[in-house]
Amino acid sequence: MAVQSDMIVEILGKHDNRIDALIMILQDIQNIYHYLPEEAIRFVSERLDIPFSQVYEVATFYRSFSLVPRGDHEIKVCLGTACHLRGAPRILENFERELGVRCGETTPNKQFTLETVNCVGVCALAPLVVVDDDYYGNSTASAVKGILSKYSRK
Amino acid sequence: MVVETSGRIMSARQLEELRTSLLAQRTGDETTIAVGAGTCCIAKGSARLFDRFRNVLKAEGLDASVRLKLTGCHGFCEHDPLVMIQPGGIIYMDVKEKDVADIVSKTIKNGEIIERLLHLDAATGERRRDESEIPFYQKQLRLVLRNIGRIDPMSIEDYIAAGGYRSLAAVLSRMEPEEVISIVEKSGLRGRGGGGFLTGKKWRSCRSAPGDVHYIVCNGDEGDPGAFMDRSVMEGDPHSVLEGMIIGSYAIGAVEGFVYVRMEYPLAVERVAKAIRDARQYGLLGEDILGSGHRFDIRINRGGGAFICGESSALMASLEGRAGEPRAKYIHMVERGLWDQPTTLNNVETWANVPVIVEKGPAWFFSLGTDTSKGTKVFSLSGKVRNTGLVEVPMGITLREILFDIGGGVRGKKKFKAVQTGGPSGGCLVVDIEEKGPKGDFNLIDLPVDFDRLTEAGSMMGSGGMIVMDEDDCMVDVAKYFLSFLKEESCGKCVPCREGIRHMLTILDRITSGTGTEADLTLLEELAETIAEASLCALGTQAPNPILSTLKYFRQEYEAHIREKRCPAGVCKALISYSINADTCTGCTLCARACPSSCIKGSAKEPHTIAAGSCIKCGICYDVCKFDAVVRS
Repeated sequence: MAVQSDMIVEILGKHDNRIDALIMILQDIQNIYHYLPEEAIRFVSERLDIPFSQVYEVATFYRSFSLVPRGDHEIKVCLGTACHLRGAPRILENFERELGVRCGETTPNKQFTLETVNCVGVCALAPLVVVDDDYYGNSTASAVKGILSKYSRK
Repeated sequence: MVVETSGRIMSARQLEELRTSLLAQRTGDETTIAVGAGTCCIAKGSARLFDRFRNVLKAEGLDASVRLKLTGCHGFCEHDPLVMIQPGGIIYMDVKEKDVADIVSKTIKNGEIIERLLHLDAATGERRRDESEIPFYQKQLRLVLRNIGRIDPMSIEDYIAAGGYRSLAAVLSRMEPEEVISIVEKSGLRGRGGGGFLTGKKWRSCRSAPGDVHYIVCNGDEGDPGAFMDRSVMEGDPHSVLEGMIIGSYAIGAVEGFVYVRMEYPLAVERVAKAIRDARQYGLLGEDILGSGHRFDIRINRGGGAFICGESSALMASLEGRAGEPRAKYIHMVERGLWDQPTTLNNVETWANVPVIVEKGPAWFFSLGTDTSKGTKVFSLSGKVRNTGLVEVPMGITLREILFDIGGGVRGKKKFKAVQTGGPSGGCLVVDIEEKGPKGDFNLIDLPVDFDRLTEAGSMMGSGGMIVMDEDDCMVDVAKYFLSFLKEESCGKCVPCREGIRHMLTILDRITSGTGTEADLTLLEELAETIAEASLCALGTQAPNPILSTLKYFRQEYEAHIREKRCPAGVCKALISYSINADTCTGCTLCARACPSSCIKGSAKEPHTIAAGSCIKCGICYDVCKFDAVVRS
């Protein structure tokens, strides 16, 4: 995918070209491309006048970034303590089995990326699954198929 | 008199005039419907509920006379969405869209109470109508949560009408910075993020530290799983955090501040960002705040999804656009923090306490709590507790009061086992509610909760998460859960933490898969000692706590895994098996159809059987069975 520098310039401008907003800048870029293309990382490092290695370090240190393209839908199984106690590990296993990928991976058709999250603070609904911006509370292992079918391409 | 509300407020007097005029617009008997809309409430449908209220009120011609507003979460998350109706403070729980018409036609129009939507007291079977009657709220003292559930967090005017920014005005118009620091010192306020450091002392050191500029940081990177008080405060009352920060900036002499919010809290980011924009527009941030000459502004930053960034030096590295790796703390952050300048970092709850302390005075705050811990603490109750939610109580209240009187005890008919406090760095406390403690003299359930008592008991306050566990929870599995969490989140900078946690986890894996030996327990204790001694930051030094505390109180469970190859709670996958009780199985075929490995056999209306050899122990049959015929042993 070709990186459009004008879009990145706009994002940088929104954050006043400040280094202390680097994480947010990269997050906004990732929101467009579903990952961080190398070209974008190079562009940001030039514009902010910081070494490429530093931007790369940030892009690989934090959980929110990916250097490879992600799926259209992001499934996050919450593994907070309350969710863990109420059966989240079995839900995660079922997602892995249904999708045929391990946690952290993307399905070959680029439809789903399976991730975990360390507590979204909605413990009353434990165990919780978040798909994109939708919250599925009080989930069970047997509910996995139903959740996936809502997002599967027809 | 109408005050120009779109412009800047230029003085304390103008702020007071604005408040007066806002209050004059709101007569005391105005009917208000407040719909809770924290992340938890929205996940349970409160945004749609709000829309339905708006439509129904409009259709009934009541949209002008009834004030409908979105608020933060009322704290009783178990029964979200909550709707509070004023006057009267009536609380309706678990409200669905289909209830809206009833509420409007009965309660709003005729003042009738709808019994079925009131709180049902499980102990007495009675219906309770407001905070003074509902046991969940009765023992609470809501200071930090004072406005949450009452004001619209997106409206700065709502905050001002509720008395907001009055403390700031008092500080800027009448006090020297020294005086402000002295107030915070005298209050005895200690940091609510986990460290428990004296806030006033931190401010004083920072103020006197030499530097080109001074910075202020609000740590909203609430990473402890099972803790959600900071989320709720940022979502429900963001201006109280900003007010605390602006007061702090004046005391310390800072010109710029940052609110660092974890990315897992998008709603908190949105509401804090809105609050900052509004505060700027009203002249409460920026140049010459309230005409005092004081200059201060705040920026908001989203985290990148790293738990370690809750640690102050890692957070600052992250703000500087680098990987969030902590540094050794012999140079204090108050002397050389962000960009090597003096920096004061406090967490969300700490900042939100500041306006209350200024308003009510340090002596009043100091009178609340215990000898060493003053004021209140917000705890989040979750796990196997009946009433999941946020509670704010005076320091020194006992675990029994929090977990049973407020929390309602364990859900279902299970037996209470333990409570985990302090997040991944904390520990599990055994609370046998029927017997005396291990020594026979003191039961931990009657432990007065404050910073020091919890530490003495082998756990810690942390940010205030309390996770209740019942007889179905395996304590070895819980220790393994926290260790695998910490293994993922260790930044990898120092060896004891990076390698030590990994090895402890390997040993726990061995124990839970039935191949552990007695020597493993000794090895775990030795490793724990080294990691605690030699790690660079608190993530590492406290990482052994989950193991040490479970070994202390639940050693027999470790031994059952090792000696008998048995998981007493029935959790550890390698040590359990599923079978079907032929007496209770009705042959409904539900499990056989749901089984992903097709290992359940049987004809319709005949008892089924599980082929143990091909069973993958996914537990789906156990979940779907409506007759409790699937047995886990």
